[in-house]
Amino acid sequence: MIRLKERLAAHKSNILKKWFDLIVDTYPYDSSKYLKNVKNRFGNPVGSTISMEIEKLYDELLGDMDSGKIFTSLDSIIKIRSVQEFTASEAVAFVFMLKSAALEQLRGDLKEEGMLADWLAFESRIDKLALQAFDSYADSRERIFDIRVREIRRKAELVMMDRINMPRRAKE
Amino acid sequence: MAKDKIAKPEELADGINYTPPKKDWFDPKVEFVRGRYNYASTPSGLEYLGLPNPRKWQPDQEDWKLPKDWQKIVLKGFKERLAKFRSFKIFMDICVRCGACADKCHFFLGSGDPKNMPVLRAELLRSVYRNDFTAFGRVLGKLAGGRELTVDVLKEWFYYFYQCTECRRCSVFCPYGIDTAEITMMARELLSLIGCTIDWITTPLANCYRTGNHLGIQPHGFKDSIEFALDDLYDLTGLKIEAPINKKGAEILFIVPSADYFANPHYFGFLGYLALFHEIGLDYTFSTYASEGGNFGLFHSHDMAKRLNAKMYAEAKRLKVKWLLGGECGHMWRVVHQYMDTMNGPADFLEEPISPITGTKFENAKSTKMVHICEFTSDLIYHNKIKLDPNRNNHWRVTFHDSCNPARGMGLLEEPRYILRSVCNNFYEMPEDTIREKTFCCGSGAGLGTDENLEMRLRGGFPRANAVKYVHDKHDVNLLTCICAIDKATLPALMDYWVPGVEVGAIHELVGNALVMEGEKRDTDFRGNRFIGPPEAQPKEGKENV
Ligand code: SF4
Ligand code: SF4
Repeated sequence: MIRLKERLAAHKSNILKKWFDLIVDTYPYDSSKYLKNVKNRFGNPVGSTISMEIEKLYDELLGDMDSGKIFTSLDSIIKIRSVQEFTASEAVAFVFMLKSAALEQLRGDLKEEGMLADWLAFESRIDKLALQAFDSYADSRERIFDIRVREIRRKAELVMMDRINMPRRAKE
Repeated sequence: MAKDKIAKPEELADGINYTPPKKDWFDPKVEFVRGRYNYASTPSGLEYLGLPNPRKWQPDQEDWKLPKDWQKIVLKGFKERLAKFRSFKIFMDICVRCGACADKCHFFLGSGDPKNMPVLRAELLRSVYRNDFTAFGRVLGKLAGGRELTVDVLKEWFYYFYQCTECRRCSVFCPYGIDTAEITMMARELLSLIGCTIDWITTPLANCYRTGNHLGIQPHGFKDSIEFALDDLYDLTGLKIEAPINKKGAEILFIVPSADYFANPHYFGFLGYLALFHEIGLDYTFSTYASEGGNFGLFHSHDMAKRLNAKMYAEAKRLKVKWLLGGECGHMWRVVHQYMDTMNGPADFLEEPISPITGTKFENAKSTKMVHICEFTSDLIYHNKIKLDPNRNNHWRVTFHDSCNPARGMGLLEEPRYILRSVCNNFYEMPEDTIREKTFCCGSGAGLGTDENLEMRLRGGFPRANAVKYVHDKHDVNLLTCICAIDKATLPALMDYWVPGVEVGAIHELVGNALVMEGEKRDTDFRGNRFIGPPEAQPKEGKENV
């Protein structure tokens, strides 16, 4: 995969920019223009997190595929997308978007001899990432329900609970 | 999964298009997905308060059981409010859609949902205003940006106006000072006219109206809670401490949010107040009826806020105190600072507050006669009236969240920081754009802090959590302090999700830990953590900032 990796490294900034744009375009049009402005890390946490973390993922894809680092980066993005207006598949789809982002830059190069094999190897790395993204999504959702249970329990453990006529909260 | 999310065969065959279709914001249809909205008010709460249209319903049901002439009721209420509140009329008219507020709302930043942009949130109401109350709109309708008030528009109001925490961050950035929080307040009043309110507002309201506090704690229960705390303090310090209740002729009436004496982690701050007052020998009293500083009425309507607030002065009068002191609470202070004086004042029967310990005159509270506990305590520290050992908080690496109401609502920015720097050695500020006037809301205020609404809260709380994560990663911060009861109740869940390893605490918890009391015997903080000793044993790092 050495040759392809060199090209991927050379085109890194263009590919990352395209990948980022594709991800942010999954948000409604009026919002995506704001999310694309990542100059202010704290004023635009969603855009900035995506932009920072996909770069780390990209480096891992071209590097050692360190599973710890990959997990942390994926988790940072997935945590956000799993509480937003997305279905499970929409939440993890951003991983696959790297394929189109990279293809757009390297389509010509792939015609060279031996490159297709490299590309297939690279694609399978992306697929691995996607599978981890599913795990991370499942984790996040589980965490949300755990936290909800904990919060309910915390309320139930209020000091002097039995004395204070806890109001009956609405039920579904 | 919603049906319309299943891909059509031709989409699958053609590869995937991830970009959502461009949607006309005029389209009001919203989907009520579990985890993203609050349950509706129960009939019993509404009946108790004498509010309209009590019935069993939930927002995700098709039929909201609205009164037959609901449109007429809402439009009439709209018209009345335009005449009564000048600011409301002005806010409806003057927005130039410059967009300066668009990306300033934490719900927008966390969700990416354009209708959470303050300008569009307000537009939900403004479009109906244009349609029905402007000459242009009446003739041109949609062309003039007007929308008819339909059931779908009403549901959209409910969805998005119960997705605004009335935090006022957007107003800081608006060149015209348009306060979307006040627009939300008006919208909620209109929704309330036809019984479209949420349970986590009306049930606490009903309780508060009945017993004086949100949980419906009766006087004997209140007394038990205080005694329970005094027992705990005895176990922790070896000191027998008193806390007067309904003591006539005390100098000061002390009012706290009820969560302070029953919820975790508020309770540790409550222990801090009790220890402090004991140490300085303050002549104060609690009241069993003014047993709640918080005022959920603010999240419902002006009238309700006034009704609940009235007990503060009423109890001050009954107990014949000189002035009022208030605990760590958010919306309580919004009401006290911005509305109490005109709602239920002037409190001429009270005296201008003077600290009996330092002699400081609290000029800022000249009119309301109510002083914030952080003003009171920082004044004590400034005059060296208490002995503090900040090393006792060395196990905490602390940051401070400016809660929206004390920070933006009343400008209480320096006092909490002054206290923190005096009671602990490791204090780190979060980044500039996320604190003080520009602080990010917890995402759970204004009645939205329920477990059923958790996903929405996690969205709205993300910008705040993101800044906490920064100081957690950079300085190992492990305690997020704040001075708001809602924050203390809801930030723990936010931290669990976004920044595990960070706990939440009160400023007066750290004050209580650091306070060296005469005759005390203690080696743990209020949570039972052992004190870990002087800074020599600690990693050397600056006290200051990022
Ligand atoms: S900043 Fe003010 S004037 Fe500009 S769009 Fe927002 S509300 Fe309107
Ligand atoms: S008041 Fe706060 S929650 Fe409401 S629109 Fe403005 S920034 Fe958003």
